[in-house]
Amino acid sequence: MTTEAAESVEAAGVAPAADPGFLQRYGASIEYILIPGAALVGALAVFGGFVALYGKNPLDLYFYMYYGAFGTAFSWQNTLTRAAPLILTALCTALPAQLGMVIIGGEGALLIGALSATSAALALQGAAPIVVQIAMVIAGMIGGGLWIALSGGLRQYRGVNETISSLLLVYIALAVLNHLVEGPMRDPASLNKPSTREIGAANMIGSIPGTDVHWGLVFGLVAAVAAYILIYHTTFGFAARVAGGNIRAAKIVGLSVGKLIMTVCFLAGGCAGLAGMIEVAAVQGRTNANLAAGYGFTGILVAFLARQNPLAIIPVAILLGGISASGGLLQRRLGLPDASVLVLQGIIFVFVLASDALYGRIGFLKGKS
Amino acid sequence: MADASLGLWTVPLAVFGGAIRVSTPFLFVSLGECITERSGRINLGLEGTLVMGAMSAYGISYLSGSPWLGVLAAGITGALFGALHAGICSLPRVNDIAVGIALMLLGTGLAFFLGKPLIEPTAARLPAIDFGWWSDVPQLRAALRINVLFLIGVAIAPLLYWAFKTTRWGLLIRTAGESADAARAMGHSVLLIRLRATMVGGFLAGIGGSFLSLFYPGSWNEGLSSGQGITAVALVIFARWDPMLCLWASLAFGGAAALGPALQSVGITSGYHLFNAAPYILTLAIMIITCSPKRTLTGAPAELSITR
Repeated sequence: MTTEAAESVEAAGVAPAADPGFLQRYGASIEYILIPGAALVGALAVFGGFVALYGKNPLDLYFYMYYGAFGTAFSWQNTLTRAAPLILTALCTALPAQLGMVIIGGEGALLIGALSATSAALALQGAAPIVVQIAMVIAGMIGGGLWIALSGGLRQYRGVNETISSLLLVYIALAVLNHLVEGPMRDPASLNKPSTREIGAANMIGSIPGTDVHWGLVFGLVAAVAAYILIYHTTFGFAARVAGGNIRAAKIVGLSVGKLIMTVCFLAGGCAGLAGMIEVAAVQGRTNANLAAGYGFTGILVAFLARQNPLAIIPVAILLGGISASGGLLQRRLGLPDASVLVLQGIIFVFVLASDALYGRIGFLKGKS
Repeated sequence: MADASLGLWTVPLAVFGGAIRVSTPFLFVSLGECITERSGRINLGLEGTLVMGAMSAYGISYLSGSPWLGVLAAGITGALFGALHAGICSLPRVNDIAVGIALMLLGTGLAFFLGKPLIEPTAARLPAIDFGWWSDVPQLRAALRINVLFLIGVAIAPLLYWAFKTTRWGLLIRTAGESADAARAMGHSVLLIRLRATMVGGFLAGIGGSFLSLFYPGSWNEGLSSGQGITAVALVIFARWDPMLCLWASLAFGGAAALGPALQSVGITSGYHLFNAAPYILTLAIMIITCSPKRTLTGAPAELSITR
């Protein structure tokens, strides 16, 4: 990403002589790559300094991070497996963002999606695996979708701030999950780690042939592309962006803002719910507290770093998946605590948010120089 | 009263003692957040500040042998996180809620990272005052062993209420929260007021964290906070930005959190997690009841991003 950014800057430096309109036309797009790229580099530099204070060589750090994330076929598979839920939870923030809403409850929708999908699978024990899997996808998406649609509906019809309500719903979802997993839905055989019964090996969605990456990655890619087409190439997406830009204008031209908010929030929650279904059907095989692994919160970071663009979410999710995949290697080779991934994510997030102030302010990109 | 006749009385006693113990971090974080939100900004990062405060208090107490030095270190750490939040939010077009989420990640991550070597050793803990010396019922004596920090927190709440109402500082903070333009017209820097309010808020939240690691539960580990920082932020909304209501709400939420384990001790085990979620459900309910499409939350500072 950063090398791309560097190349585009070089291109930008040469082009104005030949075409003075170049920067006017492409300045904004260059900004969208250059500024998050610079924020990422800045965050990596600060993290390197932090690790140096801790007595480790930052160059070793960067090498092992690269190696653990993208160095081998094994690390690529590890990275992509982690990227799959991140793409989906990032969409949970990015889709409502088109309407100007800040939804941070992807984690809750993921947990409810996982619970719904598990319930569907347990109810359909004995049916053909393909039937069970389709039922799990539908149940997961509906469960997660309704969870976020609740925040959207409260915002539209009661004026409740959607950011706070979606965050509160994360903790309510976690309590519901813990309650069901330790009570009504508990598998009596799960002693130390209360869990539901297993959905059954036959119903797991398995790996993409020739790899160890599960099919969830394909679900994520399809969802991201579909979201991109929906937002940028349909009248529905156009209406959503109009409402996000100016809600009064949208009402004046007769758009049904309430319907837009409810649909977008349902789709957003559906994506996060699908992530929960994937974690159950491809990784855990059952629902338990392991599912609250923070994918929902990292998804918010991915969405902000991708500037809420569904297509940009794909590479960013792979990058962030890579960072978390390299955590194990950093622990083994450099003796860094496992929380170093969390620290780096936090630093990146801080830099990305602070870099929002830079848009439209970089002199040479305005075409004046 | 003999032990045997205590019977079901153990439940209200345990809830009472638990309410005091569990509510202290809620109290400090919510009073801190109350100051910050009254100045017109919301700091969701206090969850990270709380954990960071718990870690630094434990570390400094272990290294210096003085738990009070640990409390001070926790407060300073919290104030630094507050300064970071306010600093980033001072930049144009930056969303304060998103910055809060970022600092929540960063604070928790840093605390786990730096606190790794602190899981094993035992640090000096904060002392408690034994208010139950007159009784010979052990449950009552346990419930009445009260930490000084709780008393300080209880004292801060009316002090803050008074300060908001009558002092110049209180008026400035409220002006910045109700109308930034008015504060600017009076010749004050809104950013500076909010920086200070966020730093004081962080200071109190850090102290709330020190209570977790130095008194109850009284050790440092990565599962120390189960979202108390977020609960406290929700609690401020529940308490309608009133410091005295923050005190009562903290006690109520603490009692609700203590009800689960207390019922468990007399054999009622189901619904434990639902009790823990009570603060979130109640806050959501209060938001649904008091909001309408035409009117935002009553009592909310007008500049707050969640009311616009």
